[in-house]
Parts: sequence; structure tokens; C-alpha cells
Amino acid sequence: MQARVKALETLLTEKGLIDPAAIDAIVETYETKVGPRNGAHVVARAWSDADFADWLKRDATAAISSLGYTGRQGEHMRAVFNTAETHNLVVCTLCSCYPWSVLGLPPVWYKAPAYRSRAVIDPRGVLAEFGLTLPEEKKVRVWDSTAELRYLVIPERPEGTEGIDEQTLADLVSRDAMIGTAVAGKPESAT
Amino acid sequence: MNGPHDLGGQMGFGPVAPEKDEPYFHAGWEKRALGITLSCGAFGAWTIDESRHARENIPPADYLAASYYEIWIRGIDKLLERHGFATHEELLSGRKLQDGAVPKRVLKADMVPAVLAKGGPCDRPVEAAPLFVVGETVRTKNFNPATHTRLPRYARARTGVVEAVQGSFVFPDDNAHGKGENPQWLYTVVFDGAEIWGEDADPTLTVSIDAWESYLEPA
Repeated sequence: MQARVKALETLLTEKGLIDPAAIDAIVETYETKVGPRNGAHVVARAWSDADFADWLKRDATAAISSLGYTGRQGEHMRAVFNTAETHNLVVCTLCSCYPWSVLGLPPVWYKAPAYRSRAVIDPRGVLAEFGLTLPEEKKVRVWDSTAELRYLVIPERPEGTEGIDEQTLADLVSRDAMIGTAVAGKPESAT
Repeated sequence: MNGPHDLGGQMGFGPVAPEKDEPYFHAGWEKRALGITLSCGAFGAWTIDESRHARENIPPADYLAASYYEIWIRGIDKLLERHGFATHEELLSGRKLQDGAVPKRVLKADMVPAVLAKGGPCDRPVEAAPLFVVGETVRTKNFNPATHTRLPRYARARTGVVEAVQGSFVFPDDNAHGKGENPQWLYTVVFDGAEIWGEDADPTLTVSIDAWESYLEPA
């Protein structure tokens, strides 16, 4: 594939159709500027600010955009909140729809057949492969991202985090917790 | 279309293999594949729906054997040829042999931040009121078009409940084929696990899809 992609880039550059420096700029954006820390900021804000959490429930696109996270594959956002009763899990069975603007580029497993095929039929089995075993009575809600809506899971706020500042809270939120294949981490003092 | 991309509920792909501290890219060519795909998308010659259809049209054995960015490259080859930007011979040789179509724009480095930040919103107003209301029971249609659709196979001919009216959006089934945006109301429809997977389904499971209005009929 390396030779094939190189040939394609050479051809398109020669034809004046692409600018290799633009490709560098795209790659740099997704390697250094847009990633799961954006989403973790959204979650930490939702945990610490009830008005923001409410806004996120009503209009996630606007609430998330107020923090500066907009753009490609995040044009239309929906936030889904984990509760004591329900755990949310996001998948795109048809391709790899994923909220780039808050989570960056998706990991390989998210785009691969094993996850896309099984998340809708055997979510607990999938979660177990991530080391997450949910209580039997907890409901599992799977969101198949079949349109241009992009989902962000807001994990439950861990116990023992009262009075912790937003930045420290954000450090407890992994990418996987915002897809639903993990839950939020516990603060070090509580482990 | 009932292509290899429509994976929900299929079996035999083995366990999910999460990779600890996974890098964004596993090879240098993957970076270029991402950048080429986004740059060519900026031509304005095709829509995201047409590009999805180009990928799902890859023969199943090839699709399932390809890595994700390889699927992207196969799709972009097809689109470049279809829209006259490169000939088959040029794509094979990697050399310019003739002039081709001229794009609406060429993405330059200084345009990248603004283009990525803007994205491509696809909500569009429609004049008609939504046909279905929140809480209403609906049934998805049973159809098997040879063309693009975003109604997964597992969710066809199933009864569910409208949980939200999400607004009106470009209709991919038409837009993928140059038939216009023809926006429609979009609904989040929730199904019980047993409605989709039968009596052995996880009793706590619900699955939702985002369904365009013409995928639905009153139950």
C-alpha cells in the first residue's frame, strides 16, 4: 500500500489537484490538535456544571461548540449520559462514524468488523473484552450511528471526586469511556 | 445495498482486539491516505454519501481483507476515475498522461484549519411537518436496494419506538447517486433487543438507529 499511496499522491500533485503541504497540515491537526482531550474537557465540564450538562442534553452541538470543538465529523453532536440504570455504547455498524471533533480519529478496533458486527448483538461480550463487566441488572443501550449524528457518551462521575477541579476530572476520562467501552477512572486517592 | 460494510449482527470475526496506547497511524502511508481522501473531498465533486457508496461497493472478499485506509484508497480511486480527475491508466502508472476535470477548489495548506473547523453540516430545512411523533410505534420498511442506504439490514422490518425527532437532514439514499439532497426528517428509533435478535437476546438490551422518514411506516 505504501507504494500505491505514494503513486497516487505523486499523480494528484503532478495534476495540481492536491497540495502535499495540505496533507501535512491535516495530519498534524489530527496528531496534535484534535483528540480525546477535547471530549474529556466536555465531560469534565458536564460533571462540574449542571447548567452545562443540561445544555449538553438539550443541544450537544451548541454546548460542545461553546468550548471551541467544532468541525468535521462533529457537525451534529448528541451526548448520551450513563446513569446508575443504563450504560451507553456507541458503534457504527455501516462504516466508522465517530465524533472526530471531540475524540480525534477512531482507533482501529472501532473501524474493524469484530466490533462493528458484535456491538449491537453481544455488547456485554464486547465490553468483557475491554475488561468491563457490567452488573447483570444494568441496562445496555447501544447507539448505532447510522446518520450524521455523532455520539459522545458522558460517563458517570466517579465517587470520591467531590471538590476536584475540572482539569483533574478530565484526566479521569479516557477515550474508551466516551465510546462506552470503559467507565471513568477513579481518582488516585480513592484507589 | 446489502454490501460487506453492513456488519451489524454478523458472526465469525473473532474478538475485538483493543491495542494499548494505540497510535493514530500504524504506517506512514495511512497519514497520506487520510490527507489525500480529505483533500480530494474538498474538490466538491462528490458527497460523503457517494464516497461511502464507493467503499461499500468493494467486492466483499476484498473489503473484508482490506485495512481501513486501504478501503479509503480503493474508494478514492473509483471516485477520481468516475469524475474524470484521473484515468485508470494514470491511477495504475502514478503518472500524469492527460489533463482531466478541474475541481471547484484545491485544498491548500493555509485553507486546512478553516475547512476542518467548518466541516460539512448536512441539516437542511423541510417544509412538511414530521410524520411521526415522539413515543409513536413505527415499523422499518423491508427493502433491499442495490443502491446506497443507511438502514442496516438487522433493523429492517422491525418494530420500534420513536425516541426523538432529530431535525431534517440530507437524504443519503438519493444524495449518494446525484439525485439531490432531498432532505427528510430524521428520527431516533429504539428497538428492544428481542425484536431484533429474538428470544435469546440480552433482556436488558436496546438498540437504536437514526432513521430517515422514508425508512419508516406506522406500525
